[in-house]
Amino acid sequence: MGAAAIGIARQRNLFGVVLLGGIYSFLMATLLVVLDAVDVAMTEAAVGAGISTVLLLGAIYLTGSTESGPIHKPWLPLFVVIVTGGMLVYGTLGLPAFSDPQAPIHQHVAPRYLTEAPVKTGVPNVVTAVLASYRGYDTLGETTVVFTAGIGVIALLRRRKPRVRRDDTDRRAGQ
Amino acid sequence: MTLAGHYTYFVTILLLMVGLFVVIARSNLIKKLVGLGLFQTAVYLLYIAPGKLIGGAAPIVAEGVQVYSNPLPHVLILTAIVVGVATLALGLALVVRIKEAYGSIEEEEILQRDVDDESSANDRA
Repeated sequence: MGAAAIGIARQRNLFGVVLLGGIYSFLMATLLVVLDAVDVAMTEAAVGAGISTVLLLGAIYLTGSTESGPIHKPWLPLFVVIVTGGMLVYGTLGLPAFSDPQAPIHQHVAPRYLTEAPVKTGVPNVVTAVLASYRGYDTLGETTVVFTAGIGVIALLRRRKPRVRRDDTDRRAGQ
Repeated sequence: MTLAGHYTYFVTILLLMVGLFVVIARSNLIKKLVGLGLFQTAVYLLYIAPGKLIGGAAPIVAEGVQVYSNPLPHVLILTAIVVGVATLALGLALVVRIKEAYGSIEEEEILQRDVDDESSANDRA
């Protein structure tokens, strides 16, 4: 997966970049299954590898698919990125180790959801129970965000040219 | 702290760094959006990985299963993925409009166009 990511950074042909992005998304979905996040993996495979790829391909079709070579040397961005990465590594030193049952994340509200959610909501899938029942208003807000984004896309791309309009319907179907 | 115990954090940080580098260093706007996507998936991993318990099952309640992974990060990241694709669509729409207005999606060329326009406007004044 790291190889796919670095390939995306180095590749100049945008078509190749988008295809590598799709591969990367599927690898990420596999990793999420391994980490027991089956709902997230399904969404990532459908949205990340499916819809995002289609949207990017549509945009490349409209804007051209080659990237011009770099004008600046990449040393300053590289320096910034390495400093950021170093600070993040320093930050993780204080975090609990992987799969530690005593970590705060497993002690706080999660046990309550796991024991009470099936009884209170009648849904065996706890992720669904929390998403649709406990945090229903969050999901309402999320749909508002998606709706606003859809309106924005339509407002930006509403043109006379039929070519642009096709891309527009693409996007609305995607959401 | 052991190296093996923090391995997932280091993978996450590597992906974050690649995504950030693509966003900062590449001038093509579509490439920047792909980099933003990389950064985003790294954040998903940052949330999901600590919720995993080795030997645990996916958080779907069933007979005979005692240990489940933490469902809460999964819920948060489901929301984040959907919002992420909404931002991607909006960003790409902006890129398409920029291409129509400037004839290019390279950051340097767009800035150069702006500078040219300003100097020609000053000449006329």
